[in-house]
Amino acid sequence: MKIVVCIKQVPDTVEVKIDPKTGTLIRDGVPSIINHDDKTGIEAALQLREQLGGTVTVVSMGPPQADVALREALAMGCDEAVLVSAREFGGSDTYATSGILAAALKKIGYDLIITGRQAIDGDTAQVGPQIGEKLHVPQVSYVEEVKEATKDYIVVKRQFEDGYHIIKIKTPCLLTAIAELATPRYMSVRGIVEAYEKEIKVLGFEDLKDDLELDMIGLKGSPTNVYQSFTKEVKGAGTILTDLSADEAVKAIIDKLEAKFII
Amino acid sequence: MSKGIFVVIEQRSGKVQNVGLELVGEATRLKADLKDDVVAVLLGHEIEGEVEKLYHYGADKVILVDHPLLKDYVTEPYTKAVTEVIKEYDPEIMLFGASSIGRDVAPRVASRVRTGLVADTTGLRMAKTQEELDKEASMGCADPTRALLMTRPAFGGNIMATLMCPRTKPQMATVRPGVMKMIDKDESRKGELIKFDAHLTDADMNVEILEVVKADKKSVDLTEAKLIVSGGRGIGGPQGFDLVRDVADALGAEVGSSRACVDAGWIEKDRQVGQTGKTVRPDLYMACGISGAIQHVAGMENSELIIAINKNETAPIFEVSDLGIVGDVKVILPKLAEAIRKYKAGKATN
Amino acid sequence: MDFKLTKTQMLQQELFRKFAETEIKPIAKDMDEAEDYDRELLQKLQKIGAFGIPYSREYGGQGADVLTYTLCMEEMSKVDASTGITLSVHTSLCCPCINEFGTEEQKQKYLRPLVDGSKIGCFGLTEPGAGTDAAGVRTEARLEGDYYVLNGTKMFTTNSGFADTFIVFALTDKTKGPKGMSAFIVERGYEGLSVGPNIERMGIRAASNCEVIYENVKVPKENLLGKEGQGYKIAMTALGGGRIGIGAQSVGIAQGAIDETLKYVKERKQGGKPIGKYQNTQFKLAECQTKVDAARLMVWRAATEKDLHGNYAPYAAMCKYFASDVANEVTRQCVQLFGGYGYCREYPVERAMRDAKITEIYEGTNEAMKMIISGSMKV
Repeated sequence: MKIVVCIKQVPDTVEVKIDPKTGTLIRDGVPSIINHDDKTGIEAALQLREQLGGTVTVVSMGPPQADVALREALAMGCDEAVLVSAREFGGSDTYATSGILAAALKKIGYDLIITGRQAIDGDTAQVGPQIGEKLHVPQVSYVEEVKEATKDYIVVKRQFEDGYHIIKIKTPCLLTAIAELATPRYMSVRGIVEAYEKEIKVLGFEDLKDDLELDMIGLKGSPTNVYQSFTKEVKGAGTILTDLSADEAVKAIIDKLEAKFII
Repeated sequence: MSKGIFVVIEQRSGKVQNVGLELVGEATRLKADLKDDVVAVLLGHEIEGEVEKLYHYGADKVILVDHPLLKDYVTEPYTKAVTEVIKEYDPEIMLFGASSIGRDVAPRVASRVRTGLVADTTGLRMAKTQEELDKEASMGCADPTRALLMTRPAFGGNIMATLMCPRTKPQMATVRPGVMKMIDKDESRKGELIKFDAHLTDADMNVEILEVVKADKKSVDLTEAKLIVSGGRGIGGPQGFDLVRDVADALGAEVGSSRACVDAGWIEKDRQVGQTGKTVRPDLYMACGISGAIQHVAGMENSELIIAINKNETAPIFEVSDLGIVGDVKVILPKLAEAIRKYKAGKATN
Repeated sequence: MDFKLTKTQMLQQELFRKFAETEIKPIAKDMDEAEDYDRELLQKLQKIGAFGIPYSREYGGQGADVLTYTLCMEEMSKVDASTGITLSVHTSLCCPCINEFGTEEQKQKYLRPLVDGSKIGCFGLTEPGAGTDAAGVRTEARLEGDYYVLNGTKMFTTNSGFADTFIVFALTDKTKGPKGMSAFIVERGYEGLSVGPNIERMGIRAASNCEVIYENVKVPKENLLGKEGQGYKIAMTALGGGRIGIGAQSVGIAQGAIDETLKYVKERKQGGKPIGKYQNTQFKLAECQTKVDAARLMVWRAATEKDLHGNYAPYAAMCKYFASDVANEVTRQCVQLFGGYGYCREYPVERAMRDAKITEIYEGTNEAMKMIISGSMKV
């Protein structure tokens, strides 16, 4: 079984700010990590490999610095790593990104594709399903448990807000992982030593262009564009209410909860 | 020309979910600028009974796709049904709830019809200012007056971004549940029902659903919780946590605590918020009878909304609160739990 | 020379840091209170390869360098010095004896499970009457047929509460003093070996540190390490390298205390502003960080020297001496900056201060370090 896991390198925090002058993200000094849900996906893939045999390939689209995320995946035990990187791919939205990753996956080959549900920076949860669509493979997203796995099909538990479905899906297919699916293992010291002895394959624009919608990649080709981004306004000073009756106090709280869409 | 503000209505077990009604409400507000019809797309099986409700909440038309394959949510039949609706009616805008269903089907649909999709939006508006119109035009939008601006949080809400989808149709977004407001129910409102055949066949069922289970959610780790109601020494004793828990249950929140209560054995250690407990940043942190020693505040001051109830008006917790109530938690909490339940019940029966 | 870690070393450091923060930090206080090391944590450490870092992959080790081992020691000791010593005794006292003096058979049988993380080792040299003065050892080993029969008592044997493999030093010839000392590989299961309760101590309380009694323990002849009479040399070789680990442990204890203090002084307010805004706080922290950085560079220097198979012994002694002093000075300052809370067990700096003390004492007191250093200077 050839399992391919798509991962994204993200900042190790959601505490980021916008540079008021340039309008870009300030990422100075913030270390990068493998996105949590993606790391869960790696663990699930490694467990499936242990059970079914085969290989786990990890793929990331990003700048050359994403190298370290791929090394980490190798150090956890993945067999090979592929970096999808080209200037033409920069600024891609989810549609464009999924198109590029789908092209890469066609090159790499797969029986099972696993992605994280969503990345902590963008929170879109779109790239996984859109890769599935581009490759015309069925998907189950929000997978919280693998109940049964064979080379031909997988039975998974799919989470909903109010319950779950048990779904049988034939391979090749795509699953998106949520935190409940698996607890990612640590890298090992030896794994890290060996990760840096391996070579990471790079797929660039020339390698993929035959399988790309050329007018739908990069900043220009992305169907959605950022109009503006801004840091959320800082909170003003709070209000303190004294001498209220209990009912008035309750009403004040309910109004606040309502105004902030808590209830 | 693309026309209509379409809302894909989420239903579970044959019941329309609030998020669908919220989106219909939002669509009526967009309609004020765009002047297009609000069209609700209802997918399911034997759900015609839910159609009237959609008119009452603002839909001008309902496209009903009724098919046995749509009884429970499954990616492919839903994707195909929505795609067929888009092919037939060419909507200007299409909205989905950003639920675990909407976030599964919307990206597939967007990819299939080759358009953009903005996830988890919390604000929608039509382009209006000259700057907005110019920007849309510069990005290749044919008619900027019909362009939708979609605002969404990223990085866990630390950054807001406004996006546009200038060149492809429909302009699609998923919208966070609970953010948009329903309009007041008007039972006299009528609309037009269109029954639509999406030509679904058994071949569209490309996975097999072995089991469908409804289940309650389990308790969440505090650091992951969106809502936290916390108790401190001011709740008076272990039984005080019954009051705290009651409010938390009514809200669907987790229970937190100050160190004092943990040390006193009123509650388990894993509930402790603060320097030597957990650092949390939920959407709501309600501090009940917590004085707000610096050791506690350090663990919760980054919460989105902080409401504090304390007898002592000089309690330091009020310095970090958005709303501070000077009063007795033992009196306020039971009434609050009741009021929240009443409010929610009222909303559900709307 | 650029004083920068390699990419590999940086990722290793990242692993150690994450592991320490996630797996050890939350239970470090409880382990200290219980005076018992968490066995599950031992297994988790074994799984990531923490017990075989600078050993060849050929024997099942992790294939990393000594510098990486010091990174591990620092990161673990930042949150829990007991973990530091547990790893150190295994990695830089027990394993080197077999790695450097063992036969191929001994390496296959004993080194492999130690460095692949399936067994844990300890090192029995110190006795009730023989500490830094290793020449005072009284434990005896008498050759009887195919066995050496061991009799004696060892004190403060770290890891002995759960270790599988013991390196034991005993006199095979009482008339020759240190030259009559030999080293043996002893398995926990051998009859006559008994381990006392964990000795009550001031610091590193989670570590296992017990008295071990050898009463007519029959050790197969083939478990003699090197030759008869080589014991003293073996012990000194192991201790020589072990000090680099203690240096790294000291750096970790100090840096961990600084990190906690840094967080605290930003939160704690006095006179209307965070105490970190006062120059006294800023200067004290600046002094502490400067000392820790100097100590760390000395540790890295000694580790690099060992990786390059140079004459690392004086550097190891210097870094151990300096870093352990720094650990004591810095943790004391950190407790002071915390004020009354620093003295409370709720906050980790008091534990760091208690843990720091032993670094000036074990694996050769700082007084002994000065003897080694001045010796190398040919004073």
